[in-house]
Amino acid sequence: MTIQQSAPSPKVSVEDAVFTYQEDAAPAVDHVTLPIAPGEFVAVLGHNGSGKSSLAKLLNALHLPTQGAVYVCGMDTRQEALLWDIRQRAGMVFQNPDNQLVSTIVEEDVAFGLENLGVPPPQIRERVDAALAAVQMSDYRAAAPHMLSGGQKQRVAIAGVLAMAPEIMILDEATAMLDPSGRREVLDTMCTLHRERGMTVVWITHAMDEAAVAQRVVVLQAGRVALTGTPRQVFAQVERMRALKLDVPPMAEMARLLRARGVPVAADVLTVEEMVEEVCRLSSKT
Amino acid sequence: MLRDITLGQYHPGDSCVHRLDPRTKLVLTIAYIAAVFLVRGFVGYALAAAFLLGATRLATISVRFLLKGVKPLVMILAFTFVLNVLFAPGETVWLTWGALRVTREGVLTALYFSLRLVFLVMGTSLLTLTTSPVALTDAMERLLSPLRAVRFPVHELAMMMSIALRFIPTLLEETDKIMKAQMARGADFESGNLLRRARAMVPLLVPLFVSAFQRAAELAMAMEARCYRGGTHRTRMKVLRYTRLDGVAAACMALLIALIALEGRLYG
Repeated sequence: MTIQQSAPSPKVSVEDAVFTYQEDAAPAVDHVTLPIAPGEFVAVLGHNGSGKSSLAKLLNALHLPTQGAVYVCGMDTRQEALLWDIRQRAGMVFQNPDNQLVSTIVEEDVAFGLENLGVPPPQIRERVDAALAAVQMSDYRAAAPHMLSGGQKQRVAIAGVLAMAPEIMILDEATAMLDPSGRREVLDTMCTLHRERGMTVVWITHAMDEAAVAQRVVVLQAGRVALTGTPRQVFAQVERMRALKLDVPPMAEMARLLRARGVPVAADVLTVEEMVEEVCRLSSKT
Repeated sequence: MLRDITLGQYHPGDSCVHRLDPRTKLVLTIAYIAAVFLVRGFVGYALAAAFLLGATRLATISVRFLLKGVKPLVMILAFTFVLNVLFAPGETVWLTWGALRVTREGVLTALYFSLRLVFLVMGTSLLTLTTSPVALTDAMERLLSPLRAVRFPVHELAMMMSIALRFIPTLLEETDKIMKAQMARGADFESGNLLRRARAMVPLLVPLFVSAFQRAAELAMAMEARCYRGGTHRTRMKVLRYTRLDGVAAACMALLIALIALEGRLYG
């Protein structure tokens, strides 16, 4: 039995990156170092203006770091010759579903990225069909985007990125403009892609419950990484999160309050089911 | 109210007219319009009408839809008809009323002119009823592609047209939303004279423009993120191919034009 100690090289590596919009303004991203492993699901949390969108745009060379470096699949984003390779590998879904769909027909829109890459037509057809099937939108292939719901539009946007066969998918507040069922649809779609295809996902959000499904949570504050760890580790730090003006999931808050009253529930409870189990466990003891 | 507008007036279908290559349809429509302008008498108009009705029947579209396209033109038609009747030169006087004369030639010219307009509108309606806007912009891009040699931005033009089509419903929806928001705060878009109503539109247009620019900026970024870099190296999912059907359609059109040319002889 051999034990391999060397960790796999990260899919994305942000190395001491600084990004400033204007010369003299405060940096939007301030000395962030963030390696992301292949197949990892990372949630980036932060309230408005914490630099999470700027960080996202560093990951596919829409922004270039003012200092430090960003590597995508080992490629330096500052190398202009690699620009299109980087963007093909790091696909991005944006916040407003209406402002990222290009075509009046769903399948034409999914084909847009592949057409830009110069893929031969029969292959485009195949990959578009597969991508639409992966997000369960095959029935809407000939529909017009403006007739779809918000969640469906975002799934079409995901299909458009997926068709390009990316290695990382970055979702920049992709659920922020959706209703609860739309949020669920989009999050479930990404969880499935992560689980079944080992897709590396960077999920940028300000919704705590969405961050809870990630393997790792990174909390940004004023362009810096304020907290990082598993959702349990991060959300157990209720006071700390509060100081960062972020909410924690209601059950984590409840656990904190119970503990403050001397009820010894576990500090890292996240969901209602876990809370029920904890309470049952305690009551069976007494 | 603005929500259920359809893009263009495309009626999806699978008839042989729908299946024609959009390039063929575009060129043949232009040829048809040219043919209608070559017509010199009623025999020619009968031929043109027969052709149009035949094509409409083949496209399984009801003639009522075609006539719907003519409806907004009724005022213009009436106006040109009256003008032509009254002022076209002619010999055979039918009626005189003061300085105005109605002649046989004048009435004929007016009739011909109106028929031309009606056929023109119905012919183009048949094109837009059977061809999706995407296919049309695509056809335009392909047909104009030789102009690329003289640096005419063919791809950019087609892309702009298709993005404009894509955003018409989005912007309409937004207009609706802004109007309602302002009506909720007491804005009045419906009463007053034309000037007043135009002035009431200003507070509507300003936010609409601001948001349109913002949308444009976001869309540009999303397109860049999906590797858009203009028309070079770009392939298309749907490749346009001429089939035998296109040959048949072109032959039919050639026949019509030949018949109309012969009709010219008829009248000397």
